[in-house]
Amino acid sequence: MTTVALKAKDYKSGVKPIWCPGCGHFAVLAAITRALAYLELPKEQVALISGIGCSSRLPAYVDSFGFHGLHGRALPLATGLKAARPELNVLVAGGDGDGFSIGGNHFLHACRRNIDLTYIAMDNRVYGMTKGQASPTTAPDWAESKLTPHGTGVRRFQPAAIALAAGATFIARGYSGDPKGLTRMLVEAITHPGFSFLHVLSPCITFRPEQRSWKTEVHPFAAGPYDEPVEAAREIQADDGLGLGILYAEHLPVWPPHYQPSGTLAEVEREFLI
Amino acid sequence: MKSEMGKMRNTDISVAITGSGGSGAVTAGLILLDAAARTGLYGLMMRSYGPQIRGGESASLLRLSSGPVACMNDQVDLLVGLDWRNAGRFAQEIPLVAESLIMTDPAAGAVPRSFATSGANVSELAFEAHARRVENGRLNMVAVGAAAAFCGLPQGAIDAALQKTLASKGRKLIESAAACVAIGYELATELGDPERDLPTKPAERWNISGNEACGLGGLRGGVRFVAAYPITPASDMLEWLAPRLEQLGGSLVQAEDELASINMVVGASYGGIPSLTATSGPGFSLMQEGLGLAVASETPVVVINVTRGGPSTGIPTKSEQSDLNIALNGMHGDAPHLVLAPLNVPDCAFTTQWAVRLAEHLQTAAIVLSDQSLGQAQAVTDPHGEREILLERVTERSPTEEYRRYTLSGDDISPMTLPGIAQGMYTADGLEHDELGIPSSKAEDHHRQLAKRRDKIEAFDFGSDWAEVRGDGALCLICWGSVSGAVLEAAERLEGEGLSVRVIAMRLLAPLRRDALRQALVGVERIWVVEQNHSGQLYHYLVSRGVLPDDAKVLAKPGPVPLRPGEIVNAIAEKE
Repeated sequence: MTTVALKAKDYKSGVKPIWCPGCGHFAVLAAITRALAYLELPKEQVALISGIGCSSRLPAYVDSFGFHGLHGRALPLATGLKAARPELNVLVAGGDGDGFSIGGNHFLHACRRNIDLTYIAMDNRVYGMTKGQASPTTAPDWAESKLTPHGTGVRRFQPAAIALAAGATFIARGYSGDPKGLTRMLVEAITHPGFSFLHVLSPCITFRPEQRSWKTEVHPFAAGPYDEPVEAAREIQADDGLGLGILYAEHLPVWPPHYQPSGTLAEVEREFLI
Repeated sequence: MKSEMGKMRNTDISVAITGSGGSGAVTAGLILLDAAARTGLYGLMMRSYGPQIRGGESASLLRLSSGPVACMNDQVDLLVGLDWRNAGRFAQEIPLVAESLIMTDPAAGAVPRSFATSGANVSELAFEAHARRVENGRLNMVAVGAAAAFCGLPQGAIDAALQKTLASKGRKLIESAAACVAIGYELATELGDPERDLPTKPAERWNISGNEACGLGGLRGGVRFVAAYPITPASDMLEWLAPRLEQLGGSLVQAEDELASINMVVGASYGGIPSLTATSGPGFSLMQEGLGLAVASETPVVVINVTRGGPSTGIPTKSEQSDLNIALNGMHGDAPHLVLAPLNVPDCAFTTQWAVRLAEHLQTAAIVLSDQSLGQAQAVTDPHGEREILLERVTERSPTEEYRRYTLSGDDISPMTLPGIAQGMYTADGLEHDELGIPSSKAEDHHRQLAKRRDKIEAFDFGSDWAEVRGDGALCLICWGSVSGAVLEAAERLEGEGLSVRVIAMRLLAPLRRDALRQALVGVERIWVVEQNHSGQLYHYLVSRGVLPDDAKVLAKPGPVPLRPGEIVNAIAEKE
């Protein structure tokens, strides 16, 4: 049997995205399919897990296994799948509200665990699916939502800095307007053994049209990737939120350890015998 | 159960041991239980603790019998006070009568009023002074000897139990303990020969807790992945499972919360590995959304709720059957699923195994309602052999291009593919979807998928395990789960009083086997629903489903003190 190398388009499912024209997520979807093709991953060995939100619709658009689960719970669902089936390539995709608000606790603990997942957080600093409310990464003075007419007055959640503090072993930031750079980062993230966090700036031109200007504002990190958390912390704290590149990469043992069976059920049952 | 409950109980002894932290009341109970098992008796032991994390007062409550026991008896025959600090806290759980005996060390002070008012005989035995005669001697071991003599347990059985229970303490300590036990025996001889009718030859026995039995049932059902968050009274099941899953090549993940644990279980099961989580009331409340996801995406999962007193934080260390409502109705939307409840400690193994196999086969969520009174009870039973359950997950191993994950053709159980199977790719979804799994808000897709998820469960033949039905009398006691032990024993006594009684102990609560229940009720004239909660949750469920006549009565008693057979007999005899 001869195997024909799959092209990026072969990883598309054919289901039409619900996204608005001009949405940054199209480029993220394209970068994912390109990275899968580059890595020659068999479709059936890939599982794409998501929660709820515009970006969380992504699994249906990729011709792989997928699970579009609950709002905020993509990381635990993916953790269960990867722990039970370690040979699979498990990717998680979602937005800033899904990952950092309702799913914030799971984000912290996924970073701590160093389980071999790739988490792609598509950040547009707004809840798009519910029509334009502030998210945890929205600036405190953004007053365009009727829900928070004076702005949230709450400081922005700093995904990369928090991932670093929580112990993630791979942290990068990409931009949907730089699809080639994003694809390269995805390849690195997927091949990184352990938990890789890829923060993607992906503009919402419907509710945050001013994000079009990111095109001229993004810039590479001053240096990196660091393998020393103190240096990476200095860089990310000084950053304006629009720095791009691989910030941090560290090699640590991957969780969870897997054990070969060492006994039988009959042995377990004998414990009860008096 | 029919045969088990019918066995004669010509020996039936209830013993309670109380003491403050470190006094060894629980160790003493475990040794007596183990020794009774070696003698060929059956037994049940419950533990009761004060609120302190460590070092608080505790009590061991034991019932030893020549027939299987699934509940505590009405009264305690022997109360051993290792000391009396805060022991009054346990007064409701240790019912004494004038015929009871209290063994107390005069050095420990007066017997608390709450026990003394029973009029029970008091026997003063100097546990502490005698323990001091032995190097490293402990007064609880002197008490074990005295209690064993009271029960008629041979010293050889106690010695064997010491070897096992104290194995980690080393040979010297076991020898000291044995010397103390021997002294205790001697002290008790002055009380006279107890004239117990003990089994003539020992038989094989198991010593197992309800939480262990649930864990075992999960393993027998093929569970190889567990994710859970620690919670009383479910944690000891998880602690039992962790090393054994590892031994069998599976794994257990301690999750960050119950939202994570239920979703981890959904993820692992999506990957094809039978999976479960265990929790209690508060954690179970948090899991409702995840259970709904399992139902909608047709992913098999099992949740064991070791129920405690509720609502809210409630009474974490005590039992209640008050989570039936949420188990039946907790999920939003129309979400058909399974609810089961084990009827006694060994049945925790079968019911959990059945729940796993049913969830796997029917691609849905199964909720197992155990509770603290089962989970943390230690039972001596007949060895509980595995029953083969031929229910498999229906998988599609070689799908064609026409493969539809949620196909409507066939018998409503649509074959699943698993990650790794070529051409089997699909996206599971909590959104309503069409046959391919693609999100859809079309009326016809919603109606068809709702009907599919309902019919696969409703049309399934659950066989006769939905309940244990005993007797064919015109007076029928309907119960469910843990309270069944006390109800069956109450029925025996009512029959002894000349009433003709029938018991229907329900193991499968959802889907309600209405026709089978109606069939089991043929010839019944009077019905009592008996359960351990405040509002009569099973009673109202059965009323709402139209299976109870208007004159059916309910005996609903909330926790934390377990229902005893005598209370049931009295409540019914009063009105019959």
